[in-house]
Amino acid sequence: MLKKTLGALALTTALVTTQAAADGHQIDLSGKTVEWIIPFSETGGSAKWANFYAPLLSEALPGNPTVVVTFNPGAGSTKGANAFQEMTYEDGTTIFGSSGSTQFPYLLSDPRVRYEYSDWNVVLASGTGGVAYLPADLSGKLGDGGDATPLAGEDFIYGSQGATRLDLVPLLAWEMLGLQVEPVFGIEGRGDGRLMFERGEANIDYQTSSSYLSGVTPLVEAGTAVPWFSFGALDADGNIVRDPTFPDMPTFKEICEATDGCETSGEQWDAWKAFFVAGFPAQKMVFLPAGAPDNAVATFTEAFAAIQERDDFVEISKARLGVYPQLTGDAAKTAMASATDVPQAAKDFVINWLSERYGVVLQ
Amino acid sequence: MEVFATALPALNDAFAMILQPHVIGFLVLGVVMGLCIGVFPGLGGIAGLSLLLPFMFGMEPVAGLALMIGMVAVVPTSDTFASVLMGIPGSSASQATVLDGFPMAKKGMAARALSAAFASSLFGGLVGAAFLTVFILAARPIVLLFQTPELLMITIFGLSMVGILAGRVALKGLVAACLGILVGTIGEGASSGALRMSTYDMPYLVDGLKLVIVGLGIFAIPEIVALMRRDKAISDRAPLGGGWAAGVKDWWTNKWLSMRCSLIGVVVGVIPGLGGSVVDWIAYGHTVQTARDKSQFGSGDVRGVIGPESSNNAKEGGGLVPTLLFGIPGSGSMAIFISAVALLGTGSIEVGPSMLKNNLDFTYAIVWLLALANVVGTLICIAASGGIAKLTEIRFALLAPFLFMIIAFAAFQSRQEIWDLVALFGIGLLGILMRRFDWSRPAFLIGFVLSAPAERYTNQAYQIGASRFRRGFEEGLEYVFSPIVIILVIITLLSVVIGLRQAKNIQAEGAVAAGSKRAPMVFLLAITAYIGLAYWNSAVIPDFARMDRVFPIFVATVALVGCALLIVQMIRSDETAPVLADREAEDAAINIHGLWATLMWFASLLIASALVGFIFALAGFLLLFIRIRAGKGWGYATVYTAAGIAFICAMAWTLNRDFPPGLLQSYVDLPWPLT
Repeated sequence: MLKKTLGALALTTALVTTQAAADGHQIDLSGKTVEWIIPFSETGGSAKWANFYAPLLSEALPGNPTVVVTFNPGAGSTKGANAFQEMTYEDGTTIFGSSGSTQFPYLLSDPRVRYEYSDWNVVLASGTGGVAYLPADLSGKLGDGGDATPLAGEDFIYGSQGATRLDLVPLLAWEMLGLQVEPVFGIEGRGDGRLMFERGEANIDYQTSSSYLSGVTPLVEAGTAVPWFSFGALDADGNIVRDPTFPDMPTFKEICEATDGCETSGEQWDAWKAFFVAGFPAQKMVFLPAGAPDNAVATFTEAFAAIQERDDFVEISKARLGVYPQLTGDAAKTAMASATDVPQAAKDFVINWLSERYGVVLQ
Repeated sequence: MEVFATALPALNDAFAMILQPHVIGFLVLGVVMGLCIGVFPGLGGIAGLSLLLPFMFGMEPVAGLALMIGMVAVVPTSDTFASVLMGIPGSSASQATVLDGFPMAKKGMAARALSAAFASSLFGGLVGAAFLTVFILAARPIVLLFQTPELLMITIFGLSMVGILAGRVALKGLVAACLGILVGTIGEGASSGALRMSTYDMPYLVDGLKLVIVGLGIFAIPEIVALMRRDKAISDRAPLGGGWAAGVKDWWTNKWLSMRCSLIGVVVGVIPGLGGSVVDWIAYGHTVQTARDKSQFGSGDVRGVIGPESSNNAKEGGGLVPTLLFGIPGSGSMAIFISAVALLGTGSIEVGPSMLKNNLDFTYAIVWLLALANVVGTLICIAASGGIAKLTEIRFALLAPFLFMIIAFAAFQSRQEIWDLVALFGIGLLGILMRRFDWSRPAFLIGFVLSAPAERYTNQAYQIGASRFRRGFEEGLEYVFSPIVIILVIITLLSVVIGLRQAKNIQAEGAVAAGSKRAPMVFLLAITAYIGLAYWNSAVIPDFARMDRVFPIFVATVALVGCALLIVQMIRSDETAPVLADREAEDAAINIHGLWATLMWFASLLIASALVGFIFALAGFLLLFIRIRAGKGWGYATVYTAAGIAFICAMAWTLNRDFPPGLLQSYVDLPWPLT
């Protein structure tokens, strides 16, 4: 009986896959193992993201291949990305997951970068947001509409992973608001930054949306932390609007407008916005290697689209990813373009700012 | 009272959840898998959990937790096998176990050492769970008291254990520890990203060396090479009577020591960001300092096994506090654990600050599943220890190639590059020479392990402290000299004073005779040259990255002063002085094979791997070694090789790992496992 059922099942699968293959726009991955390379360690946010998607992807791909997440960490993800650049498309069993930390060195012309985004084929772009928060006493000093002017004399400590990482966006934001923030470098993850805040050693911090929801919300309920602003989200025209996950929070743009000396135009603002766009709305992307044929790209694109059409997707993804667009197809391509194509003026501004403010020289 | 009102029903619910037949079944399955993986050095909870992750999606929460916790909990138990039987520190949790466990195995007391270790592990695990059940409700504010200056002081306290383990010449121990710290600073600085002793042209070094490689190189390779040269079994005498029962009895005799070390384990484990790396050294130091007769430590005192083993399983319990309460993983395996929990069931359990409020029953289920896994794991281990201990009676020439295979594979897991093997060989050579000239290897390892936290916390405490002082002198003082810091300073000072007074009694690696002056002097000069180079290399770091410069400069300066004093001592003393210890002179009678000839075998495995890839190289290595060095026939050698290759491939396939490719693989596409 079991044998028969299995046989029938195999036949159906075979039929379905042949049909799909016959359509010519899908590749069959039955019996294969798809390797999903993450250029970070097993313990980071990208690992969580990939581990969330891997079992779903396995169900959604034609032929239900095994999807394994493998890790190739090193040199702030440039090592794994360089290795992926060397690969050529074979049979669709290798995909790569990049993150903001892969994008930034690329944008800042880090000497270690030997990869080129435009060679790769994007099949998914996952967005996220960020929220800045303060201790209750400092938050109480804020002016109307979150005006940062009264905080100008405060000594701020901020636990940071490094000025060239994703932390570039909040660090530049603090500076635009006229805050005197001393970054304490060398923390190993944003979770450690939050712990530093909880211990009272740091007195300003930000978290990406999912970490904010799980880690900071309880502090807000307990009254030890008060949210200040979200970085915002992009609308269809590329304007910064309120983050859909935090509709009640003002965006950085609103705070900047309320604060004396902070401009929402000009080269500093343009640079901030360019790097925000590069780092958050399309933070994590999935790629097929250079040379992937259209049907392979279509197969993965459809699989990721199918995942989002699951009835339970909203429910299971809320806690893990937050409520952010998970873009596929043309939308993913547009997101990738805006995330990796920063105007030269913005790059120059940031490179110059990094060297003047933090002595970071990217030769 | 209110606390109990919330805790007791939750505890009740937790037990109702755990004590279901299928949950226990999953727990046992996890334990068995964990034991199988933990036996191999370098493969720990991370490898095991990654294996389980694909099955977690949508699984019933308690069953999934049982499977995962069963696996994680027993890794520090089963890696004791490698520490005791082979002298290989399986993970950071069992570094100190090697010091007395391995000498016991050499004396034919492997089964006793193992069962004492397992009994202590079990006890530690249970004490940890019991303590946590009460403490977890009050833990949050206490954990938050440990700010950066406190973390720094605990790191320094850990470093002060070098005092006890420095060996006969305290100065040599100090320089060894400094060298370990300097090796730990290799790569990109944590603060400003300045490169130390590395360049972007050699990307391997930019990320620094990993503990797996340094642990294997410093402890395992020298011991294996030494045993290969003697060409006997590990145990040099017939097994002593008593076996595993004697070990359990040993534990019972030292139950109070075991209790104290368990508490040390929980308390240190609770503090996020440190736990794993210091706890067994602190427990070992405590064991030695509180023992009346210290003469046997380092050459096979069972208390030296009981202390660290009690603490390391208790630490796993303590380590749950930062993981569950703050959502901050205490270790790599805990990080995967957090993301796996989110996959369970409907994803409603979220590890982090809301855990206690929303899921107290699950929290308790996790704590007690951990305890239960310890019980199951220990019973299996004790039952197996008598049989596995027989490994120490096998002729070593037959065991060694297999060990080299495992070690090379383990080292390759560090970064999955051929350079892993090169680094292993280099550190191994350093380990061999340190062993030969009686430089304290434990001191080196403590330095290496604590190098990164010491530097990080120094820089951060300095930065935050400076900001507090700017706000007000009093506020700064309050921050830097909190009551906890002052207590830790006093404990550290006491420990250093007592340690130095006792160091002469504790010869972590046994007494070593002295030989001629030339060889020890050449080694000392080589070390001095490296430290000098490290000093110069840090000194040229430009001003804007000065935070990455200060620490290595300071350590190198201390080390250079030590080296200078040692050079003077060596020149002045006569040839039998302990400062000129040279094991070659002592072991000349029992060594059948030369050092370099033995080392060549390992070097050839490395070079062949670089040329034709690991699997081809390994096949040739096993075949020739068994045929030539062990003197067996071709038939025997072929079967041995086939079995070895089949074994390593099965393991790599299960864990979904690749092998190091060589030059050949860059020209020809070969199927797995030859890739």
